[in-house]
Amino acid sequence: MLSRVADSLYWMSRYFERADNAARVLKATYGLILNPAKFSTEERWFRAVSSLAPGAASSNVDLQRILFSLVADPEGVFSIVKCISGARENARQVREEISSEMWEHLNRLFHDVTGSELQPDDDAGAMQIVTLVREGSYRFNGIAAATMNHDEAWHFIQLGKYIERACNLCVLLDAYFVVGKHADDLDWVGLLSSCAAFEAYCKACTAELKPERIANFLLLKPEFPYSVRYSIDRMHDALTAIGSLSLSRRTESVERLIGRMRSMITYVQIGEIIAGLHKYLAAIIEQCQELHAAVQELYIEYPIEVAFQN
Amino acid sequence: MITETDMSDRSGVKAALHRYEFNGAYDEMFSAVDHPRKQYRPLHNLLLSLGSGELRRSKTEADQSFFNQGITFTVYGNDKGTERIFPHDLLPRIITAAEWETMERGLTQRITALNLFLKDVYHEGKIIEDGVVPGSIVYTCKHYRREMRNIKVPNDVYITVVGTDLIRNPDGNFVVLEDNLRVPSGVSYMLTSRRVMKQIFPGLFQKCRVRPIEQYSQVLLSTLRSLAPEGRSEPTVVLLTPGSYNSAYFEHTYLARQMGIELVEGRDLVVHDNIVYMRTTFGLQRVDVIYRRIDDDYLDPLVFENGSALGAVGLFNAYRAGNVAFANALGTGVADDKAIYAFVPKIIRYYLDQDPILEGVETFLMSDPGQRDHVCQRLDEYVVKAVGESGGYGMLIGPHSTEQERSEFRQKIYAQPRNYIAQPTINLSTAPCFVDGIIEPRHVDLRPYILYGDKITIVPGGLTRVALRKGSLVVNSSQGGGSKDTWVLQN
Repeated sequence: MLSRVADSLYWMSRYFERADNAARVLKATYGLILNPAKFSTEERWFRAVSSLAPGAASSNVDLQRILFSLVADPEGVFSIVKCISGARENARQVREEISSEMWEHLNRLFHDVTGSELQPDDDAGAMQIVTLVREGSYRFNGIAAATMNHDEAWHFIQLGKYIERACNLCVLLDAYFVVGKHADDLDWVGLLSSCAAFEAYCKACTAELKPERIANFLLLKPEFPYSVRYSIDRMHDALTAIGSLSLSRRTESVERLIGRMRSMITYVQIGEIIAGLHKYLAAIIEQCQELHAAVQELYIEYPIEVAFQN
Repeated sequence: MITETDMSDRSGVKAALHRYEFNGAYDEMFSAVDHPRKQYRPLHNLLLSLGSGELRRSKTEADQSFFNQGITFTVYGNDKGTERIFPHDLLPRIITAAEWETMERGLTQRITALNLFLKDVYHEGKIIEDGVVPGSIVYTCKHYRREMRNIKVPNDVYITVVGTDLIRNPDGNFVVLEDNLRVPSGVSYMLTSRRVMKQIFPGLFQKCRVRPIEQYSQVLLSTLRSLAPEGRSEPTVVLLTPGSYNSAYFEHTYLARQMGIELVEGRDLVVHDNIVYMRTTFGLQRVDVIYRRIDDDYLDPLVFENGSALGAVGLFNAYRAGNVAFANALGTGVADDKAIYAFVPKIIRYYLDQDPILEGVETFLMSDPGQRDHVCQRLDEYVVKAVGESGGYGMLIGPHSTEQERSEFRQKIYAQPRNYIAQPTINLSTAPCFVDGIIEPRHVDLRPYILYGDKITIVPGGLTRVALRKGSLVVNSSQGGGSKDTWVLQN
């Protein structure tokens, strides 16, 4: 497969996952702030912003515009609409590689979320976009799984999705466990909803909301699709599949990175890391970034001198 | 799907056909009112049996089919709905076996001669030495490429894919209007509209015994493979596109998929030691033949247009070294220059010692003072064209022009005489079209596609382009033109 094509598929998938993550977090946060709390709404918004738009949160949060800017602000780098446009633009470059059903669905979603000019004070309109993206994301993933060959292109799509998900989850956990100073039961429900995890958590651990148990579930649960462990396992599957297709490439660096990350998350207990959670999460994010760079160097942007040595 | 047993308001169509207007042009379907030519009788009978409601339904069905297949072209300057379906007409254009046979021989002769001309111009230049075509015209062609001198191209084939525009004059003869020897487009519309028409008119199609065109992609692929450098028995062929913002991007993806070859952009290619590679996730893979849908100017920033991001650095050196083939070769535009066009009959006689089978349109060179004065005094009778332009741009249609437009063109001609030619206005033939619910004549031309590899192959058919605006003679899709499926009949 052409490197450029693989890169576009990877980014299509990452942008879509990023939009979906923002939609989940905003939906949960919007539900939270409607409730009275012992501490301020601002703090709850601040937590959401710091997980979605790192850097932007350090300045004062403008409560009036916050939802708008995270959903549809044309200048906002992290807005949902921006991410959906990014996903669609990448898909457009490789229309021949994805199924026409995938393209049509993504294209329609793009037109739906960009179609109406959203006003900064229109919370209902913003939440409508959030809902569209939530539903659109499940549908897109389903369509992709059902209509594509599960070949190299598919594995690059999976890789993009799960590397993005792993990073987003780590940032979100950090926002709740480290950045946020207060949290009550409602907030913990908010965190679980942000990961589409509330029901799954209750099934596995009952409705007793214990922070450590929640961290364990969202970090280390190998069976839950929105856990960090699950995401890293799927990244590993995708990379193994891609590597086995291209026998001629030197995959050691990528193998080492994914192997290290996997052992880091597989052979650990929550009690060992909860005290130094920030450091642990930061290490995973950093390793995801290293992995991304290694994948780029191996499959996409490799220097041609290296290509001739192989 | 239309069948003849459908019964509804037929009188509408019948009356419309009865009111069909003739304007002095040759009509493809009718020799006179209610007198269809023999090859059109099955279509005529079918139309008489149908109501306009049914035609409208079929038109909707056809539109839907085009849309669902994603048969679109890109409209520039509109970032939301960047894609439109290609306008097309429901009624087929029919060409008899005898007409096709002449056309096929004529085109083969013409393309053979033009290819020899290119080889000569870029090597010895005998035709110039012998005074048949003046060097002053050849070397001032906008698309003459000095860099191509003495470069040996595979099999001596310069023009691998050609789309020649033919028109039918009022006498009913086909004449050549233009040779497109650089990167002709439109073939995907020929192929996809056939698929749609077979769906809409299955009975009629079968009854007419239409020759198939579906083999085009296979012939194109084997033609391209025949250009591979020596020793490359399993050559890698790619299609080089300028990218998804190009107006013909649909065609590029369509052809690449039909041939099962990789669709690459310039940034996918790397040249190392004069060998071209594409970047794949498996590493660099050698490329042997490039079907390039990018103009000469953008292929290699080292040699041509600087700063172009569409091509790849070093392509031309690899080409010169014989390690990669381009289709078409570079510099072929010298042979479809509108001033060279005037010399094609002489070119055919010079290389082949034959009379041209297909005639061209009488052409006046504005660089010749006598011809220039003659035309400039009668600008309202002529069509003036800029020699290096295509797509219907840079043109004055005398009879439809205003005094001010004519005086502007007169100034342009005197300022840059080499840049213009003039031709008498030709009344293109008309064909019945289903427009806004009624059947009316519209002007049409015909672009068959010629493939030149080991031998010349012309797939029996072509793109019939239609000037959908009433009375208009401009068939280009960029200016309100559409297309019709073209049926070449079996003997």
